[in-house]
Amino acid sequence: MGLLSKKDAKLITDPLADNNPITIQVLGICSALAITAQLKASIVMAVSVLFVLGIGNVVISLLRNIIPSKIRIIVQLVVVAALVIIVDQVLKAFSYELSKTLSVFVGLIITNCIIMGRFEAFALGNGPWKSFLDGIGNALGYGVILIIVGFFRELLGSGTLLGFKVLGDPIEKTGLYAIGYENNGFMLLSPMALIVVGIIIWVQRSRNKALIED
Amino acid sequence: MEHLELFLKSIFIDNMVFATFLGMCSYLAVSKKVSTAVGLGAAVIFVMLITVPLNWLLDQYILQPGALKWLGEEYAAYDLSFLSFILFIATIATMVQLVEIVVEKFSPSLYNSLGIFLPLIAVNCAILGGSLFMQSREIPTLGLATVYGVGSGIGWFLAILAIAAIREKIRYSNVPPALRGLGITFIITGLMAIGFMSFGGMLTGGDDEAKKEEKTASVQEETSNDQVAINAAETEKEELANNTNN
Repeated sequence: MGLLSKKDAKLITDPLADNNPITIQVLGICSALAITAQLKASIVMAVSVLFVLGIGNVVISLLRNIIPSKIRIIVQLVVVAALVIIVDQVLKAFSYELSKTLSVFVGLIITNCIIMGRFEAFALGNGPWKSFLDGIGNALGYGVILIIVGFFRELLGSGTLLGFKVLGDPIEKTGLYAIGYENNGFMLLSPMALIVVGIIIWVQRSRNKALIED
Repeated sequence: MEHLELFLKSIFIDNMVFATFLGMCSYLAVSKKVSTAVGLGAAVIFVMLITVPLNWLLDQYILQPGALKWLGEEYAAYDLSFLSFILFIATIATMVQLVEIVVEKFSPSLYNSLGIFLPLIAVNCAILGGSLFMQSREIPTLGLATVYGVGSGIGWFLAILAIAAIREKIRYSNVPPALRGLGITFIITGLMAIGFMSFGGMLTGGDDEAKKEEKTASVQEETSNDQVAINAAETEKEELANNTNN
């Protein structure tokens, strides 16, 4: 990357794998699990978090010398809430059906621990450009997991990806269904999201032994 | 009867952790020991008991479309519902601050054992989620909102207590190294969630009339977000209903 110095690039690449917000830092799990039955919803959620975290980190970083430390949580919440309201209104305006699908989970970006966590751990102590990169990196790390989970749940659960029937037609028995494949409806139920994330963690930690706990 | 039904429903069927995955961060972070899990669970119940009815009042008299009627006829057309995130979170943050002060004053030992997690209740999604579900499910009365708040709090308490007990024991089990800690906790939570799904039949197993009510109740529509996601037809219906409301 010519644009970014090595240190800056690390801010983006680190959260993608070895310091992933979901699988390593254990932050922002709720939304990662609840809306991943469809790939489309996962992508929209990932983009929303990218927007909120990227801009929020910059705003907090700019304000960091003005905010009194006693009330910083409330200030942070107000900044996030304002950004989330923007996301929510945009979604309602341009994609009403999707915003119904995501229901309260757009609002819950406010309490997504990744955002508070990055504000506390990074934006309060670093300049705006670095904070921006850190925000983008962490949001991408979050998005990657979301998209992986959404991909498997939609593919195995309903045989579609982004609404396209990739495995053939289950009613007319074409493609994979012709040889007796059936959709695993269980993948669409919420508990399977937890198990899929558990498996992702398992795979990640068997590849990188340094991450194993205890 | 209505109250009892909503109470049981919010504890078992719409359990905050197992049905909607809210408050997972603190659920995973604080569940290593039963004693701290109990402390945090109690604090969550208390905060939910206060904030859900309080936010119900805010929603009813300030935020809903037409809620400002009590100010005068000219305000009846106002719709402030886009402000609900900010007002709800402000209520919650204030309440958490209050709880923190009270706990510090009356039980310093509990205060010390909870440490950083007490202020973190403010960003526990279960609490904001409770208020947002209360709003989106249109819970009709203050009494029901209170019951819903307490019930969801107890449901969360139950979940964190259960997982903490299991995690204390599982330390002695032979888990594959890569799954130890976080991974196995996720999978256990998934299995517990499957178990909790069986409570779904609890309130619908009664007479036919109860069944019919169950189907029409708006509470039912969002029991499982995922199911709403699959069922596009239902979302359409909701959309229509919403449009006519507006």
